[in-house]
Amino acid sequence: MTPPRTLLDKIWDAHVVLDLSDGWSLIHVDRHLLHDLSGPPALMDLRKRDLPVHNPELTFATPDHIVSSRPGRVDDTFPAGARLVAGLRLLTAAAGIRLFDLGGEGQGIVHVIAPEMGLTLPGATQICGDSHTCTNGGLGALAFGVGTSESAHALATQTLRMRKPRNMRVRIEGSLGSCVTAKDLALHLLRTLGTTAGVEHSIEFAGSTVRALEVEERLTLCNLAVEMGARSALIAPDEAVFAYLRGRRFAPTGAAFDAAIAYWRTLASDEDAVFDRDIAIDAADVVPTISWGTSPDQSMPIDGLVPGPADAPLGTLEDLAASLDYMGLTAGQPIAGEPVDWVFIGSCANSRISDLRAAARVVDGRSVAPGVQAWVVPGSMAVRREAEAEGLDRLFTDAGFQWREPGCSMCVAANGEQVPPGARSVSTSNRNFVGRQGPRARTHLASPAMAAAAAVTGRITDVRTL
Amino acid sequence: MFAPFTRLSSRAAVLPQANIDTDVIIRIERLTAGDSARIGDYALEALRYREDGSENPEFPLNQPRWRDAQILIAGANFGCGSSREPAVTALMAMGLRCIIAESFGDIFYANCFQNGMLPIRFSAENVAALVADAEASSSEFVVDLHRCSITTAAGCEVVFTIDPQRREALLSGLDDIGLTLRHAETITAWQQADRTRRPWIWMADTREIAA
Ligand code: SF4
Repeated sequence: MTPPRTLLDKIWDAHVVLDLSDGWSLIHVDRHLLHDLSGPPALMDLRKRDLPVHNPELTFATPDHIVSSRPGRVDDTFPAGARLVAGLRLLTAAAGIRLFDLGGEGQGIVHVIAPEMGLTLPGATQICGDSHTCTNGGLGALAFGVGTSESAHALATQTLRMRKPRNMRVRIEGSLGSCVTAKDLALHLLRTLGTTAGVEHSIEFAGSTVRALEVEERLTLCNLAVEMGARSALIAPDEAVFAYLRGRRFAPTGAAFDAAIAYWRTLASDEDAVFDRDIAIDAADVVPTISWGTSPDQSMPIDGLVPGPADAPLGTLEDLAASLDYMGLTAGQPIAGEPVDWVFIGSCANSRISDLRAAARVVDGRSVAPGVQAWVVPGSMAVRREAEAEGLDRLFTDAGFQWREPGCSMCVAANGEQVPPGARSVSTSNRNFVGRQGPRARTHLASPAMAAAAAVTGRITDVRTL
Repeated sequence: MFAPFTRLSSRAAVLPQANIDTDVIIRIERLTAGDSARIGDYALEALRYREDGSENPEFPLNQPRWRDAQILIAGANFGCGSSREPAVTALMAMGLRCIIAESFGDIFYANCFQNGMLPIRFSAENVAALVADAEASSSEFVVDLHRCSITTAAGCEVVFTIDPQRREALLSGLDDIGLTLRHAETITAWQQADRTRRPWIWMADTREIAA
């Protein structure tokens, strides 16, 4: 009898090309995504070594990080990005790698386009020189971010030298309350488990709450796993995922699709599989959640009071004081009601069509509050087109939002699009680090509905009270 | 491809703040600017410099005793956040060769080994003891990768554990790509078999061309 295995064990075992001893394996990479920032240096590394790309047909590229999101943008709307985009274009063309280029179908944030086009597949391994590659685990792919050197290694060999991560399960049971989204759940997990809970682990999200999430919500949940320290996250693929994939641009078709589904059905963790860490979470405890500090675990219920020294675990007092100071908040104050200057709806955490619809439902019939700059940056060309077909672009622009071109934009501010120093921003992205949205920018992470609520009221607002 | 790491003597600077992320280590627009010669000047800039651009005298690595430190004792979860590999090379350009912390961001940790930086994980108690030593004395620490030991300024020796293959690679400056390419035939054979086993993986790029 074979011992019970987890979802991670099964995917891992199916990709071991060679046992390298001491716990190391050579793992096959099924999908490799490149973007404008990490792609060119990895491809340059190969060029310098005079090595070919091993499997260009398993490699895909798109510019997203350093492209302008300004409506009607062209290559050099953000001149500093033009050089890297040109490099990506040149190097991918030379290597025979498919590029989803600016202005064309398919361009967008790399973790938005991969699932959307059916490049991400259950049970497959997927990498990208980007830490939020874990997003793709929402479809059941073992996906993780890599550095430039590992990306170059995969380009040259289509493999990675890796140690298997440890198994961790976060089981969430029960139904989520009204206005509680996958983003609130992720921020709640961060607040409860901290930023290092998943270090050296792959997190499988399981339980009735997770089963009930729409596929796009699963992508959001897995997106924030890296903030919990995990390089990869997984959700067992099920009928919802198979239905989602059917007919997507690069998804398999016909008999191959049927064969794939038959295999994907076998991937769920065995009943009695043992996890190195196993954590239970009650969905009833999750409320709309927003970050107050400079690390995503510094999050709190929207109707709560900003934590103070009394709430700080020993040894973190200085960090807590530094976070409060940076954010311009006082311990014990309510977070709701704090005036905001910027609202950003976008990023690989929350820029898919369901996110834009959720924001639009809140905005409908209201306008952006005076003095607030509010942006919607769709995650991909496909999302943008779909939203426009539904009239969401008009709804947003009529309310006073800017409707922009797909890319990472203000999530990381690599493209010059920054929140000004000292300004307070409610953002649907995934990182509130010091300076992440621009030097001295103050970022609060929240769901699209809460970001929309902040935009129309001009304050941090409990969306349930609107 | 990097200079092998064997033994290092240097003072050890202390940066106790937890969750120092890769955005703080190197801002992303410093990477787009293509100004790699100055990357060391930009490392940790939000902490190192004041708003007017002058040095922040409070920042540990700006203090005379630690200015040339090659060892950093950092807070937990050092290097969390993005996968950007220049976070490692920026710290190396600043002069660091070894970082000691209770925990690291996983991708940052892996990236260290690709560049010849030695990251050492220690329990919270061990880190606290090293911090006390580093702060009390101005003498040097010795990190010896052959022996997997750190001798502190006060002369105490502590032993650390490190994955044997990673240790070997650091000691000899081994190149991962070169090592793996020795298995090129095994990889090709695996892929051949996989085309039959999982045909759907191999269809993506032919779909549109065939259609
Ligand atoms: S949207 Fe933000 S988090 Fe996502 S890939 Fe782009 S920069 Fe990274």
